[in-house]
Amino acid sequence: MTRKQKRAVLIGGGVGTLAVALILVLFALQDSIVFFHTPSDIVEKGVQPGQRIRLGGLVEAGSVVRGQGTTITFKVTDTLKEIPVSFTGVLPDLFREGQGVVAEGVLKPDGQFKADSVLAKHDENYMPREVAKSLESKGVKLGESAHPGQVKAQMP
Amino acid sequence: MIVELGHFALILALLVAVVQVVIPAIGASIKDERMMRVADPAAVSQLFLTAIAFFALMHAYATSDFSVLNVAQNSHSTKPMLYKLAGVWGNHEGSMLLWVLILALFGAAVAVFGNNLPASLKARVLSVQASIAVAFLLFSLLTSNPFTRLDPAPSDGNGLNPILQDPALAFHPPFLYMGYVGFSIAFSFAIAALIEGRIDAAWARWVRPWTLAAWMFLTIGIAMGSWWAYYELGWGGWWFWDPVENASFMPWLAGTALLHSALVMEKREALKIWTVLLAILTFSLSLMGTFIVRSGVLTSVHSFAVDPARGVFILAILVLFTGGGLALFALRAKDMQAGGLFQPISREGSLVLNNLLLVTGAATVLVGTLYPMALEGLTGEKISVGPPFFDMTFGPLMIPLLIALPVGPMLAWKRGDFAGAMQRLAFAFGAALVAVVAVFAVEHRGPWLAPFGIALGVYVMAGAIAEWAHRVKVGSAGFDEVVRRARNLPRSAYGTLLAHFGIGMLVVGIVATSAYREEHILAMKPGETLAINGYDVTFNRVERARGPNYIDDLAEFDVKRDGQTITQLTPSKRLYDAPPQSTTESGIHASWRGDLYLVIGDAQPGGGYAVRAYFNPLVRFIWLGALIMFIGGGFSLSDRRLRVGAPAKSRQPIAVPAE
Repeated sequence: MTRKQKRAVLIGGGVGTLAVALILVLFALQDSIVFFHTPSDIVEKGVQPGQRIRLGGLVEAGSVVRGQGTTITFKVTDTLKEIPVSFTGVLPDLFREGQGVVAEGVLKPDGQFKADSVLAKHDENYMPREVAKSLESKGVKLGESAHPGQVKAQMP
Repeated sequence: MIVELGHFALILALLVAVVQVVIPAIGASIKDERMMRVADPAAVSQLFLTAIAFFALMHAYATSDFSVLNVAQNSHSTKPMLYKLAGVWGNHEGSMLLWVLILALFGAAVAVFGNNLPASLKARVLSVQASIAVAFLLFSLLTSNPFTRLDPAPSDGNGLNPILQDPALAFHPPFLYMGYVGFSIAFSFAIAALIEGRIDAAWARWVRPWTLAAWMFLTIGIAMGSWWAYYELGWGGWWFWDPVENASFMPWLAGTALLHSALVMEKREALKIWTVLLAILTFSLSLMGTFIVRSGVLTSVHSFAVDPARGVFILAILVLFTGGGLALFALRAKDMQAGGLFQPISREGSLVLNNLLLVTGAATVLVGTLYPMALEGLTGEKISVGPPFFDMTFGPLMIPLLIALPVGPMLAWKRGDFAGAMQRLAFAFGAALVAVVAVFAVEHRGPWLAPFGIALGVYVMAGAIAEWAHRVKVGSAGFDEVVRRARNLPRSAYGTLLAHFGIGMLVVGIVATSAYREEHILAMKPGETLAINGYDVTFNRVERARGPNYIDDLAEFDVKRDGQTITQLTPSKRLYDAPPQSTTESGIHASWRGDLYLVIGDAQPGGGYAVRAYFNPLVRFIWLGALIMFIGGGFSLSDRRLRVGAPAKSRQPIAVPAE
C-alpha cells in the first residue's frame, strides 16, 4: 500500500466509526430518553398514556396505602394537582409522606401512573433539585429546609 | 491551634506552588540549571505542607472538634473512629483537600523518582503540575475552606450520611482520586513536551509508568464504588450509568486508550501527536468529572452542599486547562514530525482501532452525561438519560473492540500476518464455541444474544492465554524450554496477560448477571419459604439490635439447598441516630455460581415484610476481573524496563526537533 492509501484507510476507519457512533447516539436519544414531568405538567400538557416518563413531586400526606401484597399506592402532588401512583416492589429507604419523590413508569389510560421504579432522592431536610425547581416555578412556596440551593441526595 | 496551623500550611503550600510554577519555567527557557532545580524541593515541600493541612483536618475529625464548621456539619461524636477519619473526605471541602494532597503527591513523586528526565523537561513538567495545584489550592482556600471556625461550637455534629459509613466507601475516594488526579502527570508531560517543542519515544517511556499507575488506581477505585453500590444500595445492581459514575468512567476509557497509544509511540515512534492530544484529553475528562461532581450541577450522593460560586470556579479551571492545553496543542503540534509507518493490518493498526473505539465510546458516554444538563440549560426541559441509552450506544462500540482485542497482540509490528494470527487464536475460537454451546445447553431463559456475549468474554480470556502460550512456545518447544521462556518473559507481558484476561472475565460477569438474573419481590411472613435458583430461603423472624450509632432491625433467613442448611442471612434496615436516616443492608451468600442477595423492605400490616430476593449469576466476575486488571497493571509497573533508571540510554532515542 502506498502512503496515501494507508492514510485513506486510517481516515476512512475513523470517519466510519464516528458515523456509526453518531447514528447510534441519535437513535438512542430518540428512543431511550425519559422526560420529567410534575403532576401539573401531566394535566396541562396532556401527556399521552403509554409514554414512559418520570413523575416528580411530593408524596401527599395520608395517601400511602400498603396492600397485603407488595403493591403500594400513593399520590404524588405538586400542591396544585395530584396523580395517583401504584408501585410493586420495595420502596427506597427515604420514601416518606410529605417528602419529595421521583417515580419512573407509564401513565395508564385511566389516569393512574404505574411506576416501575421509585427514587426518593432526599434526606430529612432536602428534596430533589428537579422537584424543588419545578415546584418553585409553579409558585409553590418552599420552606427553608427545602431550599433548592441545599440539595443533598442519594445516588439512584 | 492545630486547625489554624493546617490553614496556614495550606496557604504556604499555595505560595510554594506559585514559586514552583514560575522559577523552573523561567529557568528552563533561559537554560539556568539552578533555577530549574528549584522545582524539586518546591514539589516536595508543597507535598509536605499540603499533608500538614490534611492531617490537621483529620486531627480535628478524630478529636471531634466541633468548633470547626466542616467537622460540625459532617461528623458526630458517636461515629466509629474509621468513619470519623474517612469522614474527612466524605464532604466537599475535605475531598477537595484530598484532591490537592494527591496532586502534590504525584508532583513530588516525579521530583524524587524522575532523575532520568532531562533537566529542562523535568522543570517544565513540575511547573505545569504546580499550576494545576495553584488553581485547586485557590479553589480550596477561596470557596471551600475546610478550616472555617464555628462560634459558638455546637455540642455535637450533624453526622455523616449513613450510606457513606461503610468500609468500601471509606477507601473508594482515595483510590479514585489517585487515578483521576494521577492523569495530571500525563497532562503535565504533554504540555511540557509541547512547550519544549520536541517529543520522542523516550517521552512515551517516561509517561507510561505514571499513566499506568493512575490507570491502576482508577480501575480499582471504580470497582470499589461499584461493589459498594451493589451491596449497600440494596438494588442488586452494580452500575447505574449515573453521571457521577460516568465522570470517573470517561477518564478511565481515555486513559486506557492513552496507555495503548503510548505503547505504539514508545516502540515505533508513531502516533506521537495523537498521544499528546490524548494525554491532554484524558486529564480534561478528569477535570470535567470534578466539575460534574463538585459543582452541584447534578444531584447525587457525591454532590454535597451546593454553592454556585464553586461551580463557576471549577468551570473556569476546566476551561483554562483544557482550552489552554488544546490551544497550545493547535499551535505546536504541526511542528512535530509524524513517526514510523505501518500497514493497517499490524500491531500499530490494531492499537489505532483500540484507540478509535475507546475514544468514541468515551464520547458517547460524554454525550449521554452532558445532554440532559445542556437541554435543561437551553430549553428548561428536564429529561433523564438512563441505561437504555448507554446500552444502545456504548455497548455496540465495545463489541468490535473485544473481538479485535486478542488479535492485536498476535500481529507483528509494522506489517502483520492476519491469517497467522487467526491460526494462533484457534484455541480462543474453540473456547468461545464451547462456551456458546454450554450456555445454550444450561440456560434456556434470557435473550438469545446472551450466550454469544458470554462467549465473547471467554474468547478474550482464552485469547490472552493463547498469546502467552504463543510467546513461550507451548506446543512447539520442550517443557524445559517453555519454563525457561516463561521465566524470561518480561513482567509487562504478564501484565498484558492479566489485564486482558481480567477484561474478558468482566465481560462474562456483566453479560451473565444482566441476562440471567433471577428476581423475586414478595411479602413474606415468618415461617414462609421462597424457592430461588435451587435455594430454599425461609424467613424466621425480625429482631431489633443496637449498633454503635444505629438501631438495626435484623431479619433472619435460613438458606437451604437440597435440604442441607448452607448459611443464615441477615439483611436489615438500620436507623441511624445522626442524621436520623435509615439504610438498607443486604444479606448476600456468595458462591462461584453467583450471589444469593436478600433485602427487606417495610413491615406489612399483619406481621409480614416486603422481601426482595435476587440470584445474580457470576456477578463476582465483574469485580474479580477488575481486581485482576489492577494486579496486571502492577506487574507491568514492576517491569525492569520501566523501573531501572535512564531507559533513554538503553536505546538510541530518535529525537525529532520541532523545526
